[in-house]
Amino acid sequence: MTDAPSYTANEILAVLSARQLKDGQVVFAGIGTPLLAATLAQRLHCPSLTILFEGGVVGAFVEPGKLPPSTNDQRCAKRSNMVLGSADVLLLMQRGYVDVGFMGGAQIDQFGNLNSSFIGDPQAPKVRLPGTGGGNDIASLTNIIVAIKHQKRRFVEKVDFITSPGFVRGGKSRTESGLLRGGVFRVITELGVFGFGEESGRMKVLALNPGVTREEVQDNTGFTLEFDERLETTAPPTTHELETLRLIDPDRLFTA
Amino acid sequence: MLEAQVEPYKQLRDNMARRDRGLREKVTTLEAAASFVQDGMKVGLGGSTMSRTPMALIWEVIRQRRKNLSVSRCIISTDGDLLFGSGAADHIVTSWFAQGILWGLSKVLRHGVEADGKHFEEWSHLAMGMRYRAGGMGVPFLPTRVMLGSDIAAIRPEAKQIDCPFTGEKLLLVPALNPDVALIHVQRCDAYGNAQIDGLQFMDIDLALAANRVILTTERIVSNDQIRRAPDQTKIPFFCVDAVVEVPYGSAPHECYGHYEPMLGHMEDYVAQVNADPVNGMRAYLEKYVYGPKSWVDFLALVGLEEVLDASRNGRSIYND
Repeated sequence: MTDAPSYTANEILAVLSARQLKDGQVVFAGIGTPLLAATLAQRLHCPSLTILFEGGVVGAFVEPGKLPPSTNDQRCAKRSNMVLGSADVLLLMQRGYVDVGFMGGAQIDQFGNLNSSFIGDPQAPKVRLPGTGGGNDIASLTNIIVAIKHQKRRFVEKVDFITSPGFVRGGKSRTESGLLRGGVFRVITELGVFGFGEESGRMKVLALNPGVTREEVQDNTGFTLEFDERLETTAPPTTHELETLRLIDPDRLFTA
Repeated sequence: MLEAQVEPYKQLRDNMARRDRGLREKVTTLEAAASFVQDGMKVGLGGSTMSRTPMALIWEVIRQRRKNLSVSRCIISTDGDLLFGSGAADHIVTSWFAQGILWGLSKVLRHGVEADGKHFEEWSHLAMGMRYRAGGMGVPFLPTRVMLGSDIAAIRPEAKQIDCPFTGEKLLLVPALNPDVALIHVQRCDAYGNAQIDGLQFMDIDLALAANRVILTTERIVSNDQIRRAPDQTKIPFFCVDAVVEVPYGSAPHECYGHYEPMLGHMEDYVAQVNADPVNGMRAYLEKYVYGPKSWVDFLALVGLEEVLDASRNGRSIYND
């Protein structure tokens, strides 16, 4: 038996996120881990994945070693199928052309709502965060995967501010808000893979990452987690997955 | 709350009727072009994040000591910092304001909003697009299916939720945004203002149509014959444009598609300096790089030939196989 390869938290985040994608899908990806994971999937099991960026790119094919510093830089557009205006690429989601939206976030709660706007009272914020960008659009219009670092201060019972809606207040509150399609269906962290109760809209653990215990996940979460009856343990990143990832991001721009 | 008074249609049309939309040469200096921006105006910026930022115009507006501007852009970064930090703008309308994913939060934004009475009016990215588009279409709003159920809508009373008169579905109406002046940087245009944009166009076409005046800077001015050889590349028609300035490297230290990528060494140093001390670090940066230089060329010299050439080599590599 060979030694299991070692990896960073950001690397397992990218690998497990990539595994969630299916070949042939149309994916709207944000910057950082989402861009990296979508590109990784494209080089592994999803050769016909179509990647969209909010800068206006349709059918991105990011060059290994030339990761863009944002999804609005020229590197995003090289070798793509098409460039559109930013509003028009976002409207593709509203019309329903996009299978999966893929994003990060600063803070998430039990209903999968994301906050990237304010820490503290929005009227007198302790910290003014960068804001939604396309995050609210992606979360409002598509089924999303969220890749996020697992820390107690990030996994809270109720976010200070809903920038990008998940299941809002649970139950039917998302659709009652007027959001008729989409919603958060997976959260990926360095500790596990999470889904949401069909009725409750509450987060539950679907799988633990290799070597991670139930207690460890719960201890790093600011609300009580449900564990799926068929709780699984995720297979560790393979050497092939990690080598491909490191080829795409040799400078460790998004995987340090 | 300061923003989003939708311009009445008659006023919008009267403003248009007063503009000289004839076919005439509009080439002028950076100083004269920037002086279209007056204190208290609504200014729209083209490009996005670190791309095709109209940096030379912003730089000149700051040098002219403008005040109380309300500035909008789909996504804002260093330019928002400079406008807040210099005191030129006290209100920024955008979807995202940070130093970029490589450097994270803007301490200049944080200081401005948390301690210095500045306003960051947040809309979703698509909402920004629909606001410019409504402005460009001459209608007071457009309906969207975003921001519903979120707290962004809760703190934006300017956006109105309605039940659709056709389907009964909930929709969010976002108000038209018609800036007094739009500042846009392009790869090339002719002396009349027929502007060709390579690569990502962001929201620039809607912004140009929406604004009551449009100032273009361009990497180079070409002949009208050259424009006519590739009319499909023309994204902004001349009659939208009020002034044209040829400013090579007019987006530095940000990127201009096909010409140069961001000047990352300069950006690294900039972020380290202003994020370490958003007041004094910014003051020192403005003194050295904005108020100090005699000209835009002088500013580029301060950024340094090595940076500029590196960025250019990377920029042109987009056309390599």
